[in-house]
Amino acid sequence: MSDDKPTPNIDDLVIDVEAEKAAKIAAAKAAAAKKAAEEASPKDPWEEKPVPPVHSDAADDDDVTALNGALEGSVVGADHFAGAVTVTVRAEKILDVCRFLKEERDYDFLVDQTAVDWPEREEGRFDLIYWLHRYSDSKRLRLRAIVGEDQTLESVAPVWGAANWMEREVYDLFGVVFENHPGLERILTWEGFNGHPLRKDFPVEGIDTGAAIYPDVYPSGGGPIQPDEGEGA
Amino acid sequence: MPEPILQLLLIPLVKIVVLLVVVLLIVAYLTYAERKILGYMQVRLGPNRVGPKGWLQPVADGLKLLVKEDLVPGGAEKLVFIIAPAIVMVPALVMFAVIPFGEPFEVAGMTITPYLADINIALLFILGVSSVGVFGIMLGGWSSNNKFSLMGGLRSAAQMVSYEIPMGFAIISAVLMAGTLSMVGIVEAQRTAGWWFVFPGILGFGIYWICGIAETNRNPFDLPEAEAELVAGFHTEYSGMKFALFYLAEYANMMIVSAMAVVMFLGGWLPPFPNLLAGLWASPALAWIPGVIWFLAKMSFFLFCYIWFRGTFPRYRFDQLMAVGWKWLLPLSLANVMLVGLGVLLLKG
Amino acid sequence: MTMKGPERPLFDVEEMEVSFGPQHPATHGVLRVQMKLDGERIVEAKPIIGYLHRGTEKLFETMTFPACIPHTDRLDYVNAAHNNQGFCVTMEKLLGISIPPRAAYLRMILAELQRLASHLVWFATHAVDIGAITPFFYTFRERDDILDLFEEYCGARLTLNCMKIGGLPFELPEGWLDRCAEFVDAFPSHIDEYETLLTTNRIWKKRTIGVGVISPEDAIDMGLTGPPLRGSGIEWDIRKVFPYDRYDEVEFDVPTGTNCDTYDRYLVRVEEMRQSTRILRQCLEKLPEGPIMAKAPKVLRSPEGMVYGSVESPKGELGYFIVATENGTEPYRCRVRPPSFVNLQSLPKMVEGSLVADLMAVIGTLDIVLGEIDR
Repeated sequence: MSDDKPTPNIDDLVIDVEAEKAAKIAAAKAAAAKKAAEEASPKDPWEEKPVPPVHSDAADDDDVTALNGALEGSVVGADHFAGAVTVTVRAEKILDVCRFLKEERDYDFLVDQTAVDWPEREEGRFDLIYWLHRYSDSKRLRLRAIVGEDQTLESVAPVWGAANWMEREVYDLFGVVFENHPGLERILTWEGFNGHPLRKDFPVEGIDTGAAIYPDVYPSGGGPIQPDEGEGA
Repeated sequence: MPEPILQLLLIPLVKIVVLLVVVLLIVAYLTYAERKILGYMQVRLGPNRVGPKGWLQPVADGLKLLVKEDLVPGGAEKLVFIIAPAIVMVPALVMFAVIPFGEPFEVAGMTITPYLADINIALLFILGVSSVGVFGIMLGGWSSNNKFSLMGGLRSAAQMVSYEIPMGFAIISAVLMAGTLSMVGIVEAQRTAGWWFVFPGILGFGIYWICGIAETNRNPFDLPEAEAELVAGFHTEYSGMKFALFYLAEYANMMIVSAMAVVMFLGGWLPPFPNLLAGLWASPALAWIPGVIWFLAKMSFFLFCYIWFRGTFPRYRFDQLMAVGWKWLLPLSLANVMLVGLGVLLLKG
Repeated sequence: MTMKGPERPLFDVEEMEVSFGPQHPATHGVLRVQMKLDGERIVEAKPIIGYLHRGTEKLFETMTFPACIPHTDRLDYVNAAHNNQGFCVTMEKLLGISIPPRAAYLRMILAELQRLASHLVWFATHAVDIGAITPFFYTFRERDDILDLFEEYCGARLTLNCMKIGGLPFELPEGWLDRCAEFVDAFPSHIDEYETLLTTNRIWKKRTIGVGVISPEDAIDMGLTGPPLRGSGIEWDIRKVFPYDRYDEVEFDVPTGTNCDTYDRYLVRVEEMRQSTRILRQCLEKLPEGPIMAKAPKVLRSPEGMVYGSVESPKGELGYFIVATENGTEPYRCRVRPPSFVNLQSLPKMVEGSLVADLMAVIGTLDIVLGEIDR
């Protein structure tokens, strides 16, 4: 196997047209024959065209039914995709839902908490994602809460200590405000940074933060020195 | 030339110059030796670029430190900041005055002693002068106006004060055996006794050696300059030649501690086991080697131990360091003084 | 701080505020810990992070799926292979690709070698933080051998970029497996060598036993993963719980501690190195022949949905959460769940009330990498 050339051979690209044509015909024939042979015998999964996972309804999931039973009206929908259940819950109920899941359903480990920005969406701009784990049977459950741009959300830091920094990060990068958080400060950007970088309307190349160290020498937004704008900010 | 001038001025002056040059040379090459030995302990080469096998590395280091910019931080107490390295360096060099490196020898009809002074309170003198060095470290740490330096200075003050006490008691055990405070007298006492004081005073020797390492702020007691915690401790803000003075003083102090261990416990310049080996063929051969060589050989063993420990041990935590000093070494050293005193009383009547 | 002035009483008890870092030799990068000290005792410690923030998650949103992989290298920069692996595993989950067994085994070999390299860096820096300088050079000697193997395979030593969605980019160079086997055979004796330097050393034990204790309940509450969680006695390893690639086909143990302290975490990591060599040996034995790439389309187009995949990185659970749009060629949102970030969060809990020197021990034992924390 070590004799093979791992990268495409450059010579293949410069052979003359006639030979190429002949080779192509031969290759097509061979491929057709191979295909016929292969269709007869089952192929290994990695030889086949990948089949993406599909969505299915997960309303009959244990946790969803339990949630529906205990906290009526908290669940908006449940979806099963790629081996994980995503339960969409009402944002106002998030603290109750999390408490219930931790105390009654043993989800004592918050793996991750983050947000997704959908600026154009009608139901609300942000998806808040909570990714929970249960040790007893290693089951994971994803919660999704939809929040509008000027809506606030109850902090889950009292439920899981791990949520503290994760919520700070969501606040910092998305601008979602959590109520009753023990110390909601910016975490990755600096205090006084104006903007929330992971929002879709935040430009990738950054913004003028007004925080240039030597505004009289360097332009306040960074970049090359321009004689006209040298004395900005 | 009149005799008194020669005796009182010229010879001491020459001795001072020789002593300083030799001590500073040893210090310079001690840094080289440390890096080389640590290199071999740590599967690497150590300095090997400047000169053959890196022999000129200390010269290059010295030059670099000399021409480096000498910074004084804006918020520092300028005067204290500048004086502090000198306060550390001067006592370290002054102490060498009373270290007897060898036997008196004769040149052109004059007896020359290979030490500057044989005063009858030499040990007290060393203890006293060495305490002055602590001030330099404290003042250096405080005047830098840096929190890490301040903590380093405080740590070193606490550490040196705590370890000076058991060290003093360990020294007393040697003094009890010798019956004198003079360094030359202690060596002579070991010659007459026929054995080195390390054998009867092994406990005192151990305590002295541990305290000596702590006094010089070396591993595993290098808390005042613990890199991982305090950046560089009391000399964080020092650069150029001022830093070099702290650095040299540390190595000079290492030499002093080693030299004192040699004098008090390992028979100074005496060749090994004068009595035990008296009848053997090796005895005259050993006696033929000059005392200075013996002295330096014994001293370099201790210096090697310093480097060896640095390559081996992690660092104590501050409370543990204090616990070792006060809970273990102090009672042990007291008990040791009593034991040795009892022994001396019984043997000498 | 001001010490001058006669108006200050002689014995004023005052808490000293020390900003530890971001430029400090023991912070493993640019961590800053704002501390309130009462003498040498830590009254309050507050980690401040973000000095290395490069907006990696934002950058992910602007580039195609395969183009993200080199950027994952820069997250945990002493541990590039796991970053690659995590992203690829997640993408394969999203696209429904199953990779050929040879590729899976080669990935495991690369990942376990990387785990050894990362643990060796941890060992070295942890020891230096506690004042033992010699282990550093011994561990870096072997780490260099590992990096040589990486260099031979993919041309890079740190930022490997050695995996592709659906398999691996290159077949092995000639003789690589032999050299790898040689290294794997020799490595356990090197671990013994490191252990002689520290494991039974009295000062080392004094400095680590009972330091940075975190109870199993707190560990779960604070979301600790990886060796810090296992050091608290919870047997939990992504490789066992949610096996990816072919980890379900190899045998290994998950070491755990009992005292929840720094020394136990040290033992756990050392044992993990031994287990890694065990996995490596099995992988080298079982390595099948065959293709190294699955039949993935040239341009990857995603289905709509969100997917989370994780791998057991040397620091803990490294997860990627990817939100994809219908027929998208780039992630709509790609969140990295960095283990160091979550683990660092429990630093105040572990150090408050102990001495300054313990802070170094705890930072060392958490094994943080700031590139991953700040992203």
